[in-house]
Amino acid sequence: MSEPTLSVRGLTKTYGARPTLLRRDPHRLTAVDEVGFEIAPGQTLGLVGESGAGKSTVGRLVLRLIEPDAGTIDLLGTDLAALPRGDLRRMRARATMIFQDPYTSLNPRMLIKDAVAEPLIMHTDDSRRVRHAKALDMVRRVGLTAAHMERYPYEMSGGQLQRVAIARALITDPAFIVCDEPVAALDVSTQAQVINLLNDLQQERGISYLFISHDLRLVRLIADEVAVMRRGRLLEKGPAVRLFDAPEHAYTRELLAAIPGRTPRARRFTGGRSEPVGHER
Amino acid sequence: MTAAPVSAHDGDPATVRPRRWYQSRILRRLRRNKAAVFSIVVLILIGLIAVLGEWIAPQDPNKVELTSRLMGPSGAHLLGTDELGRDVLSRLLVATRVDLLASAQAVGLALLVGVPLGIVAGYAGGVTDAIVSRVIDALMTLPPLILAVVVVAILGPGLRNAMLAISVVIIPSFYRIVRASTQGARSELYIESARASGCTSWRILWRHILPAVAPPLLVQASFSASVVIVAEASLSFLGLGARAPQATWGLMLNDASSNLTTASYLIYPPTVMVALTILGFSLLGDGLRDAMGRQTTDGGR
Ligand SMILES: Nc1ncnc2c1ncn2[C@@H]1O[C@H](COP(=O)(O)OP(=O)(O)OP(=O)(O)O)[C@@H](O)[C@H]1O
Ligand SMILES: [Mg+2]
Repeated sequence: MSEPTLSVRGLTKTYGARPTLLRRDPHRLTAVDEVGFEIAPGQTLGLVGESGAGKSTVGRLVLRLIEPDAGTIDLLGTDLAALPRGDLRRMRARATMIFQDPYTSLNPRMLIKDAVAEPLIMHTDDSRRVRHAKALDMVRRVGLTAAHMERYPYEMSGGQLQRVAIARALITDPAFIVCDEPVAALDVSTQAQVINLLNDLQQERGISYLFISHDLRLVRLIADEVAVMRRGRLLEKGPAVRLFDAPEHAYTRELLAAIPGRTPRARRFTGGRSEPVGHER
Repeated sequence: MTAAPVSAHDGDPATVRPRRWYQSRILRRLRRNKAAVFSIVVLILIGLIAVLGEWIAPQDPNKVELTSRLMGPSGAHLLGTDELGRDVLSRLLVATRVDLLASAQAVGLALLVGVPLGIVAGYAGGVTDAIVSRVIDALMTLPPLILAVVVVAILGPGLRNAMLAISVVIIPSFYRIVRASTQGARSELYIESARASGCTSWRILWRHILPAVAPPLLVQASFSASVVIVAEASLSFLGLGARAPQATWGLMLNDASSNLTTASYLIYPPTVMVALTILGFSLLGDGLRDAMGRQTTDGGR
């Protein structure tokens, strides 16, 4: 058994002012409460739960995009909390994030080629030519073309933009990616394509994902393990197969029951490879 | 292992023509705005006069000819002569450079101070923001004219010191715009995405925040330029700015006002130049504001 990519224990994050002797902040809220889990290399942990459960907060915490109040984060063999700023920044080449809304997670004033190549500026000494050559390779790998490189985000569809975001995240060859509802802003047919792309890339490169979603149907397409969150707490956690077939917690059963037209477990919407995206414009 | 998916439609030519800066959407929109195009033409003409003034001036702008004082427009002096017999057209042309340079200095200095302060305060927030904002607020409570008088009293009269005073007066407008747009940009998801990709704060400020701040800033700079032109004219008129025998539009207005009854033709040339320049900068500001309006997915291509 190899060392886990990510190991989290007692992760806690509270928003609002700390209570003093005289005053308590009525809006004080424990967004994440003593959460712990592990993700093995090349595996996907699906993090599910209703809106406001604290899923995105967990995603940001495990990359230390926000500072935890308590808990330990062991990412790729390093103690994240103890990492100085510079090292933390360099760590982002190996562990990064894909956000929910590709329309706002890409700078509207940046050409696609610059957005995809940007991490290389921060993490390598590559020349501009090399960066753009690598960006083009990556853009093609996610199913786009050289023509897309010269576009601005407003000239692309949501599905295409999420592919750009994936290309941008993958260009530094990370070992771990937090996918925060990466397909929630896309229509159903595009969702399947992007999920399949993420699956393919994982198999190619052995990446670990923390896949955040409120949609259990999507989670079962990609997750090896599933963790269920509610009001900041982790309720239940286990292999996807077991959790879907024999949920222990009442809340998990509720979530499962809410899925319209439950179908037998399937890893994919379609066959073995990702769909071409030509029609999606 | 799966092969890279191949796109069905898009051809993938090895070379795609890179975009040039002049193909930008903002310029395309600006070109379609008649008032903006007009203002650009006017400003280019005024700019040409500023550059070429010395060479195209028919006579030495400072040559005093007491025998031909206060003569109306004629073949020898197309715009007439002033009370010292100097050629008004020549003075007007030379004054253009002085005025534009002075206003560029005032706006430039205000940008140099206001933009970094605004970006830092807007991005850092907290205590930094509170301190800088209070100082700027204090600046804003000073009445501009009194500030100018104080600066001139301390540093002595002269165009440069007058411009320094005006610069101080317009710093807050830049600061506030930059701070507000930085605050807006800071919470954008693409900033967090840049952090998640390992961008340094410098790169985020320079490559992500500044471009977001630039459009409103450019608009404000354009409006400020017209304010500065007026301020130069007013201060020089009051004797707080440029000193004789320097030729500026403000001083020319001052000269004209003392001879208003005998030589009313003197008032028009500097007035027209000031008016045209203000109009140019204001219309450009309007045009830029419209052209840089929020980008939508469909409209405004
Ligand atoms: N910066 C913040 N300041 C204060 N409260 C916050 C902040 N960010 C999140 N919260 C609160 O923390 C709780 C968890 O938020 P979070 O975004 O993690 O939920 P989520 O599970 O991702 O929900 P969704 O499915 O809607 O994205 C929410 O109640 C939210 O209001
Ligand atoms: Mg969320």
